[in-house]
Amino acid sequence: MKRPFKDVEHLIRLAALFAAGLLVFAVARAELVPEDFGKYGHYRAGAIDDAAAWPRSYAGRARCTECHDDVVTAAAPAKHKVIGCETCHGALLKHADNPEVAVAKADGPVLCLRCHAANTGKPAHQPTVVAKDHSDEDTCVSCHKAHDPRTDQE
Amino acid sequence: MDTTRRDFLMVGTKLLVMTAATASALEHVMAGTPDAVTTYSTAEHWWAMLIDVEKCIGGGQCVRACKIENDVVDEPMYFRTWVERYHVNMSDPDHPVVDSPDGGIDGFTEKYADGDGKTFFVPKMCNHCADSPCTQVCPVGATFCTNDGVVLVDKDYCVGCRYCVQACPYGCRYLDPRTHTADKCTLCYHRLTRGMIPACCEVCPTGARQIADLKNPTDPIHEYLRTHKIQVLKPQMATGAKVYYNGLDGAVR
Amino acid sequence: MPGVDGFMYPNEIELQWSVLIVLYPFITGLVAGAFILASLERVFNVQAVKPTYRLALLTALAFLLVAPLPLQLHLGHPERSFEMMLTPHTTSAMAMFGFVYLWYLMVVLLVEIWLEYRRELVLACRRSTGLTRVGYRILTLGSDNISPASLRIDDRVGRVVTIIGIPSAFLLHGYVGFIFGSIKANPWWSSPMMPIVFLFSAIVSGIALVLLLYVVTAWMRRVAVDMLCVDTVARYLFYAFLVDFALEMIDLIHRIYEADESFRALDFMVKTRLFTSQIVLQIIVGTLVPLTLLAATQLVRLSERTRVRLYMTAGALTLVGIFAMRWNVVIGGQLFSKSFLGYTTYKMGFATREGLLPAILLMLLPFGILAALVKLLPPWTSPEAPS
Repeated sequence: MKRPFKDVEHLIRLAALFAAGLLVFAVARAELVPEDFGKYGHYRAGAIDDAAAWPRSYAGRARCTECHDDVVTAAAPAKHKVIGCETCHGALLKHADNPEVAVAKADGPVLCLRCHAANTGKPAHQPTVVAKDHSDEDTCVSCHKAHDPRTDQE
Repeated sequence: MDTTRRDFLMVGTKLLVMTAATASALEHVMAGTPDAVTTYSTAEHWWAMLIDVEKCIGGGQCVRACKIENDVVDEPMYFRTWVERYHVNMSDPDHPVVDSPDGGIDGFTEKYADGDGKTFFVPKMCNHCADSPCTQVCPVGATFCTNDGVVLVDKDYCVGCRYCVQACPYGCRYLDPRTHTADKCTLCYHRLTRGMIPACCEVCPTGARQIADLKNPTDPIHEYLRTHKIQVLKPQMATGAKVYYNGLDGAVR
Repeated sequence: MPGVDGFMYPNEIELQWSVLIVLYPFITGLVAGAFILASLERVFNVQAVKPTYRLALLTALAFLLVAPLPLQLHLGHPERSFEMMLTPHTTSAMAMFGFVYLWYLMVVLLVEIWLEYRRELVLACRRSTGLTRVGYRILTLGSDNISPASLRIDDRVGRVVTIIGIPSAFLLHGYVGFIFGSIKANPWWSSPMMPIVFLFSAIVSGIALVLLLYVVTAWMRRVAVDMLCVDTVARYLFYAFLVDFALEMIDLIHRIYEADESFRALDFMVKTRLFTSQIVLQIIVGTLVPLTLLAATQLVRLSERTRVRLYMTAGALTLVGIFAMRWNVVIGGQLFSKSFLGYTTYKMGFATREGLLPAILLMLLPFGILAALVKLLPPWTSPEAPS
């Protein structure tokens, strides 16, 4: 008996092999692609939650005022009032959540010079000093209180 | 008093159901921290950033705070945000001298002779482009722009091919050598979703960096954009960059 | 900063794409080029190059199998690389390339080789025993039919596959060019000419490789080299090289003439950091010298011995030049800052994951695979084997 597809039988087997491959691919895709992929766009929706769940280290000014309102008020008349507490005192969320956690001492003059060192290209409106000429051996805080750096007040 | 089996079953079942319900409610309450993100809706926000070059004094506190807040890798030095110092010599304005020592993390305390020219500081960061070329080239969908305009990286999906790093015109991306995935500024998404501002904005002593919500009609950015001359970096690339610079000099790259 | 001249954005200082990413377009280029040569005989009936037909196919397969390996070594998470197949981002040339690669490997190359060798495989199956027989049975997909009718059908289907294969080969390597050429952030890469330049340099490298392999294997088998064949292959190499050279010159002249904002920075880079790899290796040693040698063989009457020697030299130098071209594109594109104010250096490790040693091993591997393929599927048992 003459089989009708005898001479293309090998090609049919090849086609079947490809079909099987496609099937495997389809199954793999259904299994392996994360459930929430494509919900909002071409990405895993859970990635947004992952990004939002990152732990915070900085508390924000509002938190400091909760307990240290007096310091904030005292600093109010001076130019430094616009500077947030954590700018100099570092990340404070742990401390804000648990006041037992110690706060590292703000280290002037390194901190002071970051903003106030002269000849470093700072804009004209920013007061700058050449530290050596300005105060020689004395540290900045000998004359300027960091929260209220005015020297004409007592 | 005669307690029938029926009564016992009724009371027992009620107790069981209530305990289960309470337990599940408690679990739900305990799982979310008091400041959980359940009140945040991405549809209500379209985040942008305002950077005022005239206010920046190159303090570098932003660079430091970002590293701390986001646990950015120290060695070798990669940055999610950094500050550049430009010195434009009037005799050769096409070739500004630019430096960014350690990204500006310790400020710029090195002596710099002004000479004949102008010097200024430019903070740089991811521009969270609305038509971002980096998300366009990601082969797997590991980096994307959220509905509220923040470009994020999915660290659990990224394959580390670095195509996005090549595609960013601003140099704001890098491969985190610890996770072997792409990394960049997230606009402190974990803070935005809780009504806080990014760490860099929090610590900037002069207010040169301001987070802005373009969808919020009361946000000061609307008035600011109207009354100041604003630029984005590399506008010819048409990336839809959303970091708006005030006072950006033409020499800035 | 060590190795940095001028200013670079901090995140740009360390190169992201290493020598492995240089290898990748080089290898896929060889594949595309070898296949185009093979298709010359199949589709355009250039009988003279028939002795290289099977060898070219096997070469293409050996190199195509190795092609994904440098990429896997480079990825931060190679275990996640299948994501490119499962959730390909359709706007990403890199993602779509995964499918182009698979298509080319499965539907074009393997099918064509299978159809070409099916008769020998069935014969080998019939006369072997035990495990070898099982192996051959799998390779023949269990079919025992090598009747003249079935072989005629094979030939026709093979022809169709090759016809589909030519644009597929163009896609295979054109896509690689597009991966670079579509990056507007990088002016060294961004160009509509990139896919075309890559493609033609691929054709040149593939033809050169097959030419070299054919002569070397003839020497190894101690058979005479079919002069008509090598003369024809060399002539095609010459023509392809002329086109490739013209395309690269157009790109260069265009850049110099327009002199856009990136030009001075790139020009400086070429004259300093890329001088050896671009001017010396790619242009002089890798293009002008082989072109001159090939031109000489076309214009001057030379003895067979001399011609073969010139072909071999030109072929080898061509491969060096095309490799240098890939190097200059990939590495060169990362040596300058996108601020156009500075340059960095490429520090290539040796025995590191993306270092020189794995690169060398990866380049040697396809030859090992080819040796195995040649043993399994001898290219020289076709009726037109050289005497």
